[in-house]
Amino acid sequence: MLSRTASNLFWLGRHMERAETASRLFEVGARITLLPNTVEGYRNEWESLLRASGAADRYAANYADVTEENMEKFMLFDRDNPSSVASCIHDARESGRIVRTALTSRVWDALNVAWQEMRAIGPGQEDAADLADFVARHANTVQGAIDGTQLRNDGFRFMKLGYALERADSTARVLDVKYFVLLPRVEFIGSGLDSYQWQVILRALSAHRSFHWAYGDDVSASRVAHFLILNGEAPRALITSVNEALSHLEALTRRYGGDVPCTARDRARALADRLAGLDIEEIFDEGLHEFLSDFIIEIGQIASCVQDDYFHGRG
Amino acid sequence: MYYNEMFDGEKVREAYASLSDWVAQMPVDFRQLKQAEAEALFRRIGITFAVYGEGGDPDRLIPFDMMPRVFTQGEWRRLERGIKQRAKALNAFLRDVYGRGEIVRAGRIPARLVYQNEAYEKAVVGFVPPRGVYSHIIGIDLVRTGRDEFFVLEDNCRTPSGVSYMLENREIMMRMFPDLFRGNRIEPVDGYPEILRRTLESVAPKKCVGRPRVVILTPGHFNSAYYEHSFLANLMGVELVEGADLFVEGEFVYMRTTEGPKRVDVIYRRLDDAFIDPLCFRRDSMLGVPGLMDVYRSGGVSICSAPGAGVADDKAIYTFVPEMVRFYLGEEPILKNVDTWTLWKQDDYKYVMDNLADLVVKEVHGSGGYGMLVGPKSTKKQIEEFRKLIEKNPSNYIAQPTLSLSTCPTFVDEGVAPRHVDLRPFCLCGDRIELVPGGLTRVALKEGSLVVNSSQGGGVKDTWVLSE
Amino acid sequence: MRLKITHHTVYNYENPVRFGVQSLRLSPSVFQGQKVIDWQVDMGEAGEPGAGFRDGAGDWIQLWTLRGPVTQVPVRIDGVVETTDLSGVLRGHREMVNPFVYMQTTEATTPDAALRDLAATPSDELTRLDLAHELSHLVYSNVPYKSGVTTLATTAAEALAIGGGVCQDHAHVLMVLARLRDMPARYVSGYLHADADGNAHEASHAWAEIFIEGLGWVGFDAANKTCPNQHYVRTGSGLDARDAAPIRGVTVMGGAEKLDVKVAVEEVAQ
Repeated sequence: MLSRTASNLFWLGRHMERAETASRLFEVGARITLLPNTVEGYRNEWESLLRASGAADRYAANYADVTEENMEKFMLFDRDNPSSVASCIHDARESGRIVRTALTSRVWDALNVAWQEMRAIGPGQEDAADLADFVARHANTVQGAIDGTQLRNDGFRFMKLGYALERADSTARVLDVKYFVLLPRVEFIGSGLDSYQWQVILRALSAHRSFHWAYGDDVSASRVAHFLILNGEAPRALITSVNEALSHLEALTRRYGGDVPCTARDRARALADRLAGLDIEEIFDEGLHEFLSDFIIEIGQIASCVQDDYFHGRG
Repeated sequence: MYYNEMFDGEKVREAYASLSDWVAQMPVDFRQLKQAEAEALFRRIGITFAVYGEGGDPDRLIPFDMMPRVFTQGEWRRLERGIKQRAKALNAFLRDVYGRGEIVRAGRIPARLVYQNEAYEKAVVGFVPPRGVYSHIIGIDLVRTGRDEFFVLEDNCRTPSGVSYMLENREIMMRMFPDLFRGNRIEPVDGYPEILRRTLESVAPKKCVGRPRVVILTPGHFNSAYYEHSFLANLMGVELVEGADLFVEGEFVYMRTTEGPKRVDVIYRRLDDAFIDPLCFRRDSMLGVPGLMDVYRSGGVSICSAPGAGVADDKAIYTFVPEMVRFYLGEEPILKNVDTWTLWKQDDYKYVMDNLADLVVKEVHGSGGYGMLVGPKSTKKQIEEFRKLIEKNPSNYIAQPTLSLSTCPTFVDEGVAPRHVDLRPFCLCGDRIELVPGGLTRVALKEGSLVVNSSQGGGVKDTWVLSE
Repeated sequence: MRLKITHHTVYNYENPVRFGVQSLRLSPSVFQGQKVIDWQVDMGEAGEPGAGFRDGAGDWIQLWTLRGPVTQVPVRIDGVVETTDLSGVLRGHREMVNPFVYMQTTEATTPDAALRDLAATPSDELTRLDLAHELSHLVYSNVPYKSGVTTLATTAAEALAIGGGVCQDHAHVLMVLARLRDMPARYVSGYLHADADGNAHEASHAWAEIFIEGLGWVGFDAANKTCPNQHYVRTGSGLDARDAAPIRGVTVMGGAEKLDVKVAVEEVAQ
C-alpha cells in the first residue's frame, strides 16, 4: 500500500475520533457549568478544558473572553482551530477524498454525509448534548461502515490503528480535565460535587451506564479511574485502546513480515505490558496527572514510530 | 441549416428508430424523476467538475442529458478508421521531430513551428520510447456537419480528460434504463480501463522485468480532473500516486509504500510537462519527481504521454496533420481538418480581421473554451475587444469558419429540442492502436450555443454505437 | 595540449541530508577538439551513480543518488583531456537537436530595447561568421569583465545595463545578440586553462556557441576576445546558464547549504 494512502487512512481514523473527543470535551464543559459554583462563574472550568485539549494558546490568540458561546464556536465550529469538530470532520473527509479508492462507498458516503451535515449547522443552533449526540451518531455511522464493509487488509488496520491511538490519547485528556478542574478545590474530594463531576466525565465518554453495570452506584475517583484506565472491558479505557492499537500493529507485522521495521509494535507491546501490571493505587501514588501526562507522551511516541515504520516508504 | 442527427425532415433516422418511441412515450413527471435520480447518482459517486477561474461550488456537477447520442455501426467504422489513421500519423510525427525531422527537411512543415514551439521538449530529442509511441492516449475532438461530414476540431495528445464521463454516463444509463439496453444492441465501452492498462503495460521500458507496474501520477486532489484520475486508477487496479510518492534512486523510479520502496515501470501522468521533474523543467515545482527525466531517458521507466508530446497537438501544428498523414502513411486523410487561418500569415491576418464577425478565433495554446471568440454569437463590443487582443499578439491566434455543428435531441425544460454536440473519442496507442466504440459527447445546453465546453455551460450525453 | 582538471566541490549542510538526487552534466564533450584520457567523478560514500545517458545535445548526463544522513557531500572530478585547437568550431560533435531549438528565449535571455539596438549595429553586409565575431566584439566592449557586479540570477538585459559581468553574463548577452540576428545560439559550460599570457581565469568557465550555416556550431568567448582553442574543455550546453548547469540537485532536509569549491586546470606532460 502507498505510504501516503496508509497515512491518510490513519489520519482519517484519528480525525474522526478527535472530532468526537472535541464534542465530548465541550459537553463535559457545558455540563460542569450546570453545577452550582463559585461567584467567579465557570471561567476556570472552561480554561481547564482548553488546557486539557492543548489549545489554550490558540484560543487566547483569537478570542477575548472565555464564555460558553465562544467555547462552542471554538471547539465545535472554528475552522482555524485544527482540533474543532468542524476541522476534524473536514480533515477526515479530505483524507477520505484523497484515498477515495481505498474506501468502500459506504464509508465514503458516511464521511461525506457527516461533512455535509456539519457544514449545514452553525453556532447556537443546537444545545451541547444534542451536538455531542449528532457528532457521536455520525462518528458511529462512519465506524460502523468501516467495520461492516472494509476489507480486513492493511488499510483497515491503519484506519483502526488511528482510531485506537487517538482514543487512548483522548480518554487520557478527558480524564485529565477532571484533574485540572479539581486541582484548586482539594476540599471537594469525596464530596457530592466531586462525585457529580466524575459522573459527568463518565457521561462524556458514553460510559456512565457501563460503569454502573460494572461497579454499582459508588462513583469514587479510584473506581472511575480504574474503569477508564485499567478495565480491559471498558471500550474507551486506556488499556483497551492500547491493546487494540497493539492488535492492529501485530496484524501489520504479521502481514508485512520481517523486512518491514516494527518499532511501533515493540513500543506498543511494552506499554500494554506495563499497563497490565499496574493497579490503580500505584497510579494515584504516582499522581494521576503525571501518569496521564506520561501516557499521552508515550502514545505520541508510538504514533511517531508508526510514521517511521510505514509512512516514509524509506526513500 | 444544421444537420439533425435524429431527424431527416419529418423522418426519424435509422440510428434513432427505437429511441424515438422511448422519448415519445416518456411522461414528463417520470422524466423529471429520472433526471433527479441521475443527478443524485452522479453526486453520490462524486463526479464533479471544478471550473477554472470561476470560483463557485467546487463540487459542481456537469449536467447530464439522458437522451443518448447514437451512431450506426457503419458511421462508426468510418470514424474509427479515420481516428486510428490520425493517431498513427501524430505518433509518427513525434518520432520524427524528436529524431531526424524528415518532415521539416522535406519542407512540409516550417522548422520554426516545430522547434520553436513552447511544447517542444529539447530533453526528449534523440530518445525513442518503447514501441516508438510518444502519445498513448489521444483524444480527438470531432464535429459533424452532415451525413458523412466529420471534421476534426483539435487533437489532444498530452493528457486528454473526459473518459470517466464516457464510462459513468453509460453506467448510469444502464442502471436507470435497463430496458433500453435490452431492446437495443449497443456496443459496450466498459472494456476501456482494461485496454488502457494493457496499452500502458505494452510500453514498459526495456529494463523492466516481469509484469510491469503501472501507476497514475496526479497533481493531487485539488486538480479539477482528480476524480477521473482516481476513477481510472481504481478500475485499472493500479496505484494513484502524487509526485511525493515517487523517488528516483540509481537507475529506477520507486514508490513509497508501507512495505518499503517498490519499483515503478510505467507512469501514466496526468500532469503537465513542466511539473514532471524539477531538475529538468520548473525548479519551483513541488509536484514532480527529481531525476525522473534522467531515468526516463536511460530507459528505466516509461512516461505516458512522453514529455513534449504536446508539440503534435498545438493549434498551429494542427493545420499540418493531413500533411502528416500523407507524408508518413502515404494515405489520404479520412477525417477532414477545419479550414484554419493562421494569423501570423499576412494574408490570413487581413482576411480574419475583415471577417471577425463570421469566424471562430482561438488562442494557439488555449483550451477549455477560454480565450476564444465565436464571431456570430458575439456582440459588436465583444468582437472589438477581441480584435485588440489579436492586434497585440497575432501569432497567438488561429481562426476557423463557424461550423454548422450537428444537433442531437436533448431534454430541455419544454420537452425535447435539438442542441449542438461534438464528440471526443479516446484512441489508445501501444503495441496496437485501439478505440472503444463510443466517446464523450458534449452538448451545448443553451439554445443556439455552439460552445460545448463543460467550463462554459456544456453538458454530456451517453454515446451509443449500435451493433449490426 | 594535455590538460589536467581538478574540480572539487564540497556541499556543507546545516542539518544532515537524508536523501538527495543530483543530475550531473560534467563530462567532456566528444568531438575532434578534445579526447578524454581519463575522467573520474566521485561523490563520496553517500553517493551512488544511477542512470546515465547521452542526451540529444550530445552531453553525457549522469544521475547520482545520495543516501544519508550526511552533512557533507563532495563532488570530486579528476580528469585528463587532450585538446586541439579547432578555432572554435565544434567539429565532429554528435548531436540531434535542431539548431532552431536554440532560437527559444528564456528568462535570462529575453531581449530588451538596449539589446535590440546593440544587435542592430553590425551591418547586414557581413557574412554570418563575421557578424558573429562582430557581435562578440560588441559584448567585449559593452560588457567588460567585472567580478562582483552581477549574480547567478542576472539576465542578459541587466548585465548590459550594468555594463559589466562575468563569463555567464558575456555568454548570455552574446546569445541574445546572435538570436536577434537570426542565428541560433547556446550557452556552453566547461573549463579554461590560464591563457598564454598566464592571466588568471575562472577555471570553471562558460562561453557561447553560435550556429553558422555551413560551418555548424562555433564557440565565442567574448570576454577573452577569442574562440575556444586548446585551452578550453567543453562539458555541456543549454538554452542558458540554468539549462546548461553542470550540477542540478535536490536534497531532503539539509537546510542551508554552503559551498567549498576548488577548481584547477593545469597543463601536464604528454
